[in-house]
Amino acid sequence: MAEQLRTEEMILNMGPHHPSTHGVCRLILTLDGEVIKNCVPVVGYLHRAIEKMVENRTYAQCIPLMDRFEYVTSMSCDWAFCLAAEKLTEITVPERAEYLRVIMAELNRIASHLVFMGVTAMDLGALTPFLYGFREREMIMDLFEMTCGQRLTYNYIRIGGVSKDIPPEFIGQCRHFLDIFPGKIKDYEKLLLKNPIWIARNRGIGIITEQMAYDYAISGPNARASGVNFDLRKDDPYSIYNRFEFDIPVLNGCDCYDRYIVRLEEMRQAARIIRQALDQLPGGEIRAKVPLKFKPEIGELYSRIENSRGEMGVYLVSDGSTKPFRLRARGGSYNHLQAIPDIVRGLKIADMVAIFASLDIIMPEIDR
Amino acid sequence: MELAPVFTWLYGLLLSLGLGTSVADLISLVALAVIVFGFLAVVALFLVWWERKVSAHIQQRFGPMMTGWHGVFQTIIDALKLLQKEDITPALADRKVFFWAPVICFVCAFAAYVVMPFGKGLIVSDLNIGILYIVAITTFTIISLLMAGWGSNNKYALLGGMRSAAQAVSYEVPLVLSLLGVVMVTGSMSMNDIVAGQAGWGGFHWNALFQPLGFLIYIIAATAEANRTPFDLPEAEQELVAGFNIEYSGMKFAMFFLAEFVNMFTVSAIAATVFLGGWNGPLLPSWVWFLGKTLAMVFVLMWFRWTYPRLRVDQLMEFAWKVLVPLAFLNILYVGVMAKWLKW
Repeated sequence: MAEQLRTEEMILNMGPHHPSTHGVCRLILTLDGEVIKNCVPVVGYLHRAIEKMVENRTYAQCIPLMDRFEYVTSMSCDWAFCLAAEKLTEITVPERAEYLRVIMAELNRIASHLVFMGVTAMDLGALTPFLYGFREREMIMDLFEMTCGQRLTYNYIRIGGVSKDIPPEFIGQCRHFLDIFPGKIKDYEKLLLKNPIWIARNRGIGIITEQMAYDYAISGPNARASGVNFDLRKDDPYSIYNRFEFDIPVLNGCDCYDRYIVRLEEMRQAARIIRQALDQLPGGEIRAKVPLKFKPEIGELYSRIENSRGEMGVYLVSDGSTKPFRLRARGGSYNHLQAIPDIVRGLKIADMVAIFASLDIIMPEIDR
Repeated sequence: MELAPVFTWLYGLLLSLGLGTSVADLISLVALAVIVFGFLAVVALFLVWWERKVSAHIQQRFGPMMTGWHGVFQTIIDALKLLQKEDITPALADRKVFFWAPVICFVCAFAAYVVMPFGKGLIVSDLNIGILYIVAITTFTIISLLMAGWGSNNKYALLGGMRSAAQAVSYEVPLVLSLLGVVMVTGSMSMNDIVAGQAGWGGFHWNALFQPLGFLIYIIAATAEANRTPFDLPEAEQELVAGFNIEYSGMKFAMFFLAEFVNMFTVSAIAATVFLGGWNGPLLPSWVWFLGKTLAMVFVLMWFRWTYPRLRVDQLMEFAWKVLVPLAFLNILYVGVMAKWLKW
């Protein structure tokens, strides 16, 4: 009887409008019941041609565009771009500006990981951590708002420094946040990590082996959860990161569970960095003298920083004019999305959602 | 204040008007149906509001605050809005199946209350197979979900419907087995007898105290029956967008929605009646005890929902067949031995 029944594979278009594709990613899934036989990601629904638009704008005008390159951690995107431009011209950034950049970027890393934490839990059906994560993120957003007036796309890091100095009440409020935050991370851990359902949904799901991480050039927390000890802040220190003491959490689980823990631990380490930076914060200028018509030397270079989603690189070509000749930005998510079809084959739809969330893929970074 | 004498007096009033018993019976039956329906409609509306409030406070929000005191009228406004919405049937849907699915879901959700003892003497009909009837009629809900999934001609809905069928088949078994322990001790399937069996100890001779394992199994299986997190796979929002009801709009959607909350109230009411002593209790009127226990159970289900993540569909099956069913058999063995040995 069983062999007479005709069964068919079903093709399911997951997205571009789907609650758990974090933006507008379209995944063409071939399903046998609930089992994924094949998965083809289709990107491009959020394409804004940032890399092309940049070519018609002056360097200062590029920064707001870079904000939108990846709007969950736009501080880092600004920084990557400014770093490239500064390296081309060999501008020395004032000490205070460097410290402010580190503080802001690490705060933004925490904010981004909080979004990750909440959204991942929500994708697995636990709706409450999302609100908890956003509660703490709100405090960071307030800090950003009092500094540069923006809450999402900051345009704060400028070529040669930062746009504004921090207001006097910033340090007290930031320290208050750092004081309560470790307790909050403990709360997040207590909420889910020992929950048998959470473990069943995440342990051993979405395995990215160390070799796969190298093959797909997976970077950031995702690589570090696969046993790859690589963090640009330690391995290719930019700015002043070599002055701070912090650890790089590396786990060997290679699964969704460890990717979650790595990020929770990274938030702790980021808080540590901010605390040290606040202690060492010097006075002085916040911006080097940069001419209004900023013209870098003729040349090209690739500069990279550690974003919350992995390696954020900017390849900048300058022809000596006020506008960049060519810009190519690299975000971590593109490589992470590429790995998905390999990981999900043979798993269930629900696992697909868990894996997508645990890789912390964000679409604007992919489509640009 | 007990409510049963009021109904007896009203029935007497009907008879004293000179109506025959058959006519009086008919009128009282219709009246009871309307009363139960009205009560449940209010309960469903209340539960929607309560769920929003509970979730809001768990998540450090306020929830609805604008319409009425702390937003108590919010669900009424929402229901009115849904009434006005256009009722859309997808072009390629199986129209009959699509139409009847929410109706069956709604009717089955309400039909379970025929044998529910709301208080002392407050039962529409004390069937001698009461608990079996409830189990049977609530299972029909699953057919409606399957119909909705199939009739919508939508892939997400189909997956949701299939999931619900698989889930129902799996969890019905431990659910019934856990209820069986109580039936064995009581020696009757009538809901009134089950409540009467727990009347000792000043109303605290609860079955849950004697069969904690059975109670636990019931709660877990009931959560799955009511499609609540961690077992809300048929409507898993993050995977299937909305699951079986994705194509429904307007009043049909409202029927599914209200039926879901009535179902939650049903499984809680069964838990309260079968395991937590029903309407037995000192001092307060019986119906207050019933409502209090039921709402406490509802709160527990809501608490689950806003705390736990969701299981995966194969894990759900494994858990039912490899954990809950063996445990339920163990519970039956335990109840049998204890009943024989300790003369429960």
